[in-house]
Amino acid sequence: MTATQPTTGPGTEATEQPGVTGAPSGSRKPGGDVRETLYFALRNPKVLVGGFVVLAFLLLGLIGPAFLRYAPMDYAGPPMAPPGGDFPLGTTTFGQDVFAQFVAGLRSTFLVGVLGGAVAAVIGMTIGFVAGYRGGLIDELLNMLTNVVLVIPGFVVLIIINAYLGVRSVPMQALYIGIFSWPWVARAVRSQTLSLRSRDFIDLARLSGVGVGTILRREVAPNMYSYLFMTFVLLFGGSILTAASLDFIGLGPTNAMSLGLMMNQAVQWSALHLGLWWWFVPPGLGITLIVGSLYIMNVGLDEVFNPKLRET
Amino acid sequence: MLTLDRLDKVYRTGTFGTSDLHAVRQVTLDVQRGEVVSLIGESGSGKSTIGKMVLHLLDSSGGTITFDGRDVTHLGFRARREYYRKVQGVFQDPFSSFNPIFKVDRTFETLRRSYFPRVSSSDWRGRLEEALAAVSLEPGDILGKFPHQLSGGQLQRLLIARALLLDIELLVADEIISMLDASTRIDVLNLLVELKSRGLGILFVTHDLSLGNYVSDRVVILYKGRVVERGVTAAVFDDPLHPYTRDLLASVPHLDRTWEDVEAEEAERSAALAGRCLYHEALAAQGRALGEEASAADGDDVGLVEHSPGHFVGCFRLAAGDPCPAGA
Ligand SMILES: Nc1ncnc2c1ncn2[C@@H]1O[C@H](COP(=O)(O)OP(=O)(O)OP(=O)(O)O)[C@@H](O)[C@H]1O
Ligand SMILES: [Mg+2]
Repeated sequence: MTATQPTTGPGTEATEQPGVTGAPSGSRKPGGDVRETLYFALRNPKVLVGGFVVLAFLLLGLIGPAFLRYAPMDYAGPPMAPPGGDFPLGTTTFGQDVFAQFVAGLRSTFLVGVLGGAVAAVIGMTIGFVAGYRGGLIDELLNMLTNVVLVIPGFVVLIIINAYLGVRSVPMQALYIGIFSWPWVARAVRSQTLSLRSRDFIDLARLSGVGVGTILRREVAPNMYSYLFMTFVLLFGGSILTAASLDFIGLGPTNAMSLGLMMNQAVQWSALHLGLWWWFVPPGLGITLIVGSLYIMNVGLDEVFNPKLRET
Repeated sequence: MLTLDRLDKVYRTGTFGTSDLHAVRQVTLDVQRGEVVSLIGESGSGKSTIGKMVLHLLDSSGGTITFDGRDVTHLGFRARREYYRKVQGVFQDPFSSFNPIFKVDRTFETLRRSYFPRVSSSDWRGRLEEALAAVSLEPGDILGKFPHQLSGGQLQRLLIARALLLDIELLVADEIISMLDASTRIDVLNLLVELKSRGLGILFVTHDLSLGNYVSDRVVILYKGRVVERGVTAAVFDDPLHPYTRDLLASVPHLDRTWEDVEAEEAERSAALAGRCLYHEALAAQGRALGEEASAADGDDVGLVEHSPGHFVGCFRLAAGDPCPAGA
């Protein structure tokens, strides 16, 4: 992995400084692909900026609580205090520390987003890949299932589940959200798989005696990595928003704080009219920044995964 | 070695399979060791479909495929894996034969993982270089490149090299030279001839008659999914019988003869064969020999009769629904 650039391979790196680019083109070994992808990822400004913002929020949510003096729900200080002094983001109508709430909210927001997104992604992608690749009867059955779940008003079902089963923990909420948000993923993945399936390299992999699972994993999915990541970003954002809506109607987790809950409490207690911008701007901005950064990262990753885009 | 017996393929198209497309009709042919059999037909005649059925990439709708005396029409995953050790294919479009996001090396790596997990890296590297040399490629120019950085001809030869890494007995070559320029084309054709002399059987799919002539021992002429004529290359090319074959051959330039000669010969032949159908004449002759009732048999009319030794011809009608020119 030093600057031992071989004399061949002028194609990709011709326009760049030889010293810097020696590493990726030198790694001819199979398996060098992962390292190379990482190498390009770490040089892509969009990936870097997006990743930095998301990681910063994640870190704040993870290690922030250790440095807090007040619990999120404590009536800790003067009501409606603007940012400054003891309370970096001010206080609510009840004198609760907005910063403490924000940090705690970040945690559950990430948890809902990641868990809900992951559940929906796993179900949706599995169904989409299998339906698209196998075709025939399996496809028709899975398609039927997808359409049934698609027309079920997911939000209403979530309300019923939450209300009657009384599920109030964040992971449970995430799980239920995930179970009802996969159909569009399955459809999108299915149609992409369908178009990839007819390409000759899939047939060539079959001629190499490789099984269905391996073909999906090694030939089909890699062509959709950036797309799958995009899907995850959307699911992530969607889960957060659904969770926030559930929180608003009082069906959110009772034992936890979330960014959605913060915004909804702010609205409920007329923070808008009272001019308490520090109550609703941080959670709103937080959600926007997290989802937006993931989106920017996705655009960058598109360039990383697609060698044709890399060169230009 | 490979025998197709009355192979059929019906594509279900339209929603709920309402309309069917009969892409391959009752195709019977065989390929022996050390022999090149050309499958010739215009675009859409079902050549690739036959190739894919032989390679078990498509299920056949009827008929049987036999390889080395074993019925291989239906194979499970394991049996298919073993089958692919002996039977490999190279496809029409080299650009879509490689996963665009990976370096071309990966295609070979997949093969190695699957069939040669115990071969050491250096050993494999040696074999790879040998296979690349066989298709006159320089490993240094090729390995470590992405598919879009290579030419169609280079990719096509890489695919042949891939097939050579396995110790195959049958190669299905689907229009493998249509993407190549004239000089590489000859290289690849010579390579095929050399492989043939090593005992490999090759099913050579093409729409180019002059190339079919150059490499093949026998030819199969396909029209709209039906075999209209087949036989030893020289016999079919020198004495084409079926109207479709005659049309096809009339448009091939000959180096050794003038157009006038060729046209005169063809005019003479079509005059002799006009309004006739050798297939039904032969059937009728057989029927007379066997007695009245036998002549009504074989209503399907997709079979072939042996006109002269090793030269088979089918009913002279063109499309499946057309009437036979002899009115039979
Ligand atoms: N997956 C499919 N579904 C439905 N019809 C198909 C499918 N694949 C091929 N066909 C049809 O089957 C017929 C034969 O196709 P095939 O690809 O075998 O032709 P071909 O002889 O290889 O032509 P070419 O020289 O253009 O490659 C065509 O009419 C085509 O439209
Ligand atoms: Mg074809």
